Amino acid sequence: MDWKPVTLSAAPLDQSWYEASARARLAGLLDADSFQEFIGPEQRMMSPHLPLFDLPRAFDDGMIVGQGLLEAQPVLAAAQEGRFMGGAFGEIHGAKLVGLLRAALHLKPAAVLILFDTGGVRLQEANAGETAIAEIMRAIAIARAAGIPVIGLIGGRAGCYGGGGLVAGTCSRLVISEGGRLSVSGPEVIETNRGAEEFDSRDRALVWRTMGGKHRRLLGAADAFVDDTIGAFRAAALAAIPAAPAFDLATLEAEQARLEARLDRFGDCTDATEIWGRLGVDDPTAVPGLTTEAFDALLDRLPEGPHHAR
Amino acid sequence: MEKLSFRHTTQKALPGAKASAITGVVASGNLEVLLERNLAPDTCAFEIDTAVNGYAEVWAAVVADFVARRQPGGLTITINDGGARPDTVSLRLAQGARLMEMP
Repeated sequence: MDWKPVTLSAAPLDQSWYEASARARLAGLLDADSFQEFIGPEQRMMSPHLPLFDLPRAFDDGMIVGQGLLEAQPVLAAAQEGRFMGGAFGEIHGAKLVGLLRAALHLKPAAVLILFDTGGVRLQEANAGETAIAEIMRAIAIARAAGIPVIGLIGGRAGCYGGGGLVAGTCSRLVISEGGRLSVSGPEVIETNRGAEEFDSRDRALVWRTMGGKHRRLLGAADAFVDDTIGAFRAAALAAIPAAPAFDLATLEAEQARLEARLDRFGDCTDATEIWGRLGVDDPTAVPGLTTEAFDALLDRLPEGPHHAR
Repeated sequence: MEKLSFRHTTQKALPGAKASAITGVVASGNLEVLLERNLAPDTCAFEIDTAVNGYAEVWAAVVADFVARRQPGGLTITINDGGARPDTVSLRLAQGARLMEMP
């Protein structure tokens, strides 16, 4: 199966992660020509539900899974195609990721990489999608308990929302870019339920400083902030594997303690800039404009050190 | 949704030995094209699932133009279409044929 996209002018590692297709991300992220797809498009494992709604299907149901090498280490990888139905989890889409995570127990890879790009569960097959989310979280917990790091990479146009946000919360480490957004309820969902005064989804600056990569990194919900290139995600994924925390009682208790402390400390804030100020950022309004280098330098200056618990 | 099928006889087989290739994504105004080398070298078959009804004549013209230009003998070409314009369809078909020709 030749699944690699037609090469663009830029070197693959310099290409934008945000703009790339799921297949282009996998091609650049892993060692050249090392990716082998499981249940490829030629097997036509498509959604059984979408025809009921008279909607077009995709040969891979928007989820590409397989094995490859990352700097010669064997890894399993799953990539969501955010442009097909917003990267949403349906029955086949979810089952492919569950199967990959379960295969990890037998194949014992150096890590499982999940390239998130999703708005959450696919509404047309919501029950199957919700079940898939639960099965994926359970499979991640079992893989992590077996000592296999599960690394989430977030930088796609659909962000990582809904059930995808829950799944991301169970990963060992998360890498996020400026364009990546991580949350459960998305901007439009909040606005629909609570009104534009609660959250104006058309205010892009508000969306990014509430759910964007810099905020998630500052808050500790993501472990690394990277430039929007395939090469930057590759380097961060490599660094994340040895840094993955043990999945034991001590880690879980530390995460619980950190979440409680976060609520105590920031629960009354009405804007992300207030949180950044309390974290020790001198000029919170300047944060969205910082380059990755300047942002990393800022993180180093903050009183709070690196934290394994999210 | 509308299903369309076309079958063409070509003068020659598409060069290359690659068994299959895929290009494109099913999204608004876009399509995915799966190419498989599994027919007689003078035959090319198309199976199209399109989200937009009523454009069978346009599809027939775009497919005939591609066959005339590339002579894709031996291929089954299966398309999931999210409402792509004819120029996008032509581009994806050309990309797919090129992928099948590459070593």
